[in-house]
Amino acid sequence: MSTYIPKLSLGPVQYYWDRQSMFNFYEKIAQSKIDIVYLGETVCSKRKLLRRDDWFKIAHQLQNAGKEVVLSSMTLIEANSELAALKTLCSNLEFMVEANDLSAVQLLKGKPFVTGPAVNIYNPQSLRMLYRLGLKRWVLPVELSKDTLSDMQNKKPVNVETEVMVYGRLPLAYSARCFTARSHNLPKDDCQFRCLDDPDGLLLSTQESEKFLVLNGIQTQSAKTSNFISELDQLIELKVDVLRISPPSKHTDKIIDIFHQTLNQLCTTTQAYNSLQALMPAGGSCNGYWYGENGMDYCEFNQEKSVC
Amino acid sequence: MNTSENNKHKIELVCPAGNLPALKIAVDNGADAVYMGFKNDTNARHFAGLNFNESRSVQGIEYAHQRGCKVFLAINTYPQAAGWHRWQQAVDLAAKLNFDALIAADIGVLDYAASQYPDLRLHLSVQGSATNTESIRFFYENFGIQRVVLPRVLSLKQVSQVAENSPVPLEVFGFGSLCVMVEGRCLLSSYATGQSPNTFGACSPASAVQWQDTNDGLQTRLNHILIDKYKPNEPAAYPTLCKGRFEVSGNTYYAIEEPTSLNTIALLPELQAMGIAAIKIEGRQRSPAYVRQVAQVWRAALDNCYKNLKEYVPDRQWLETLHSVSEGRSTTLGAYHRPWQ
Repeated sequence: MSTYIPKLSLGPVQYYWDRQSMFNFYEKIAQSKIDIVYLGETVCSKRKLLRRDDWFKIAHQLQNAGKEVVLSSMTLIEANSELAALKTLCSNLEFMVEANDLSAVQLLKGKPFVTGPAVNIYNPQSLRMLYRLGLKRWVLPVELSKDTLSDMQNKKPVNVETEVMVYGRLPLAYSARCFTARSHNLPKDDCQFRCLDDPDGLLLSTQESEKFLVLNGIQTQSAKTSNFISELDQLIELKVDVLRISPPSKHTDKIIDIFHQTLNQLCTTTQAYNSLQALMPAGGSCNGYWYGENGMDYCEFNQEKSVC
Repeated sequence: MNTSENNKHKIELVCPAGNLPALKIAVDNGADAVYMGFKNDTNARHFAGLNFNESRSVQGIEYAHQRGCKVFLAINTYPQAAGWHRWQQAVDLAAKLNFDALIAADIGVLDYAASQYPDLRLHLSVQGSATNTESIRFFYENFGIQRVVLPRVLSLKQVSQVAENSPVPLEVFGFGSLCVMVEGRCLLSSYATGQSPNTFGACSPASAVQWQDTNDGLQTRLNHILIDKYKPNEPAAYPTLCKGRFEVSGNTYYAIEEPTSLNTIALLPELQAMGIAAIKIEGRQRSPAYVRQVAQVWRAALDNCYKNLKEYVPDRQWLETLHSVSEGRSTTLGAYHRPWQ
């Protein structure tokens, strides 16, 4: 590996965990080797066990522990109430905001901001346009490949940082419909917060028992955990600035350690890969998007070519 | 937007044109505008045998314009650097031909079109995922879009809130295949097949579909993933990824959505009262016969509603016709109707 080491970030928690679990989780994160933490509810505006004050309290704890804190905005903004909450978030003067919808970009105009994976930046023209509006860092949309990333890196404004999601179940789709409520035969307006039952989402399998997707309220994720631990050398070669881990309900501290140790050459990639396999929720791992293949595939990279 | 002028504006009927015969039929059967795409991955109906080359585009535009019908061009997928030139050429061609509007989604494409061709009218595609007024304002202020096509995820009340505050008029989907996920933000297809609406212009692409007859009946697969299986004589649907039967918590059911079509013909008075500018009919991949039937019904419905807003009720014959061309022979109000969500 070369001389620089990319930073590690922790993406926003995608699931709905109870209040105490959230506080406990971020206490551990404060003591971890993570550099940047993205905080906030990004999936469902009904999930309110943590209020604005709670999020700021956690943000300050993390900041005091030396972490860079970014507040993440909701991905699907529909109701006026959601827009009002977004306006409040974007008017905060303390923390940078991760825009997960272009409404946030509009409201953040003139301030530095980050774009999350659901903001469609597929080409250098889009990147340059958003840079003119204050884009500081962008996250590669998860369906894009290393070839596309390479083109982006060659043509991006020098001051923009690039972040790539390297670990976690993939956020694949958003809907008005709540699939968790649907699975319990409940309407969304009376969902009874059943997503609290599933700290890693609700597994959806084919009729042949193939673990396929995960239902997380209005969000659909991959059942497989995307894992780029074997691709770290390629990410470094492409001068990616930040590597994002999307947290599962268990072992996030260990996962962060494994990435940190691998980046600092304290363990081999093979050791790291094997350790991570043991920590994943059901479904196995994938990295196909990186190689321009089906997202759910797992490919191995040998002498300049990938085998899936 | 201005909805005060007694709400007596005419809602525009925007019909799909997958090829020249479909375009002519749409024009002849009451479309106020038709929309189409070029023959490549620059549009979200990138299917074999569909769409227009330059000379067909010229013929289509001429046919429509002679009969007072507008023609929109969709360049509504998301280019990556390696293919950028195709999108740039498509925008250049759109500006050269006499299209009435360009329907686009990608920030880079919109930026290019707005800066190179300031006179080219821009509509924000449904693939642009603008579900609220601030997103719309983003596209309006930066690229001067003059209309936005709303994703099919808003309730009627939410559509009304957006309509009240939007800086530009709205186009909403009236009928056709239903996306359950926010358009432009669904990667299910590329997760399973490597190709998505954003990157390739197709969802659950035909090249990945397998129909397998087994002793237990028909099975439909997408890139080997079992999407659904059918008992003998049970009608089978195209294996669109989100419309299969899957297992969740021990139950097998349509975990995401049934094979069904969106139909908002019953909501026309509300849409008219909100000041909605246009109704879009989905289905560039469908046959000219579909276009004829659906255009005729919607023309009649819009005229009827315009003339007599208060007493408007959808005609039984219209509903039967629409059912007969629907996916799974069933229709839904989708997200417009809150309990659906």
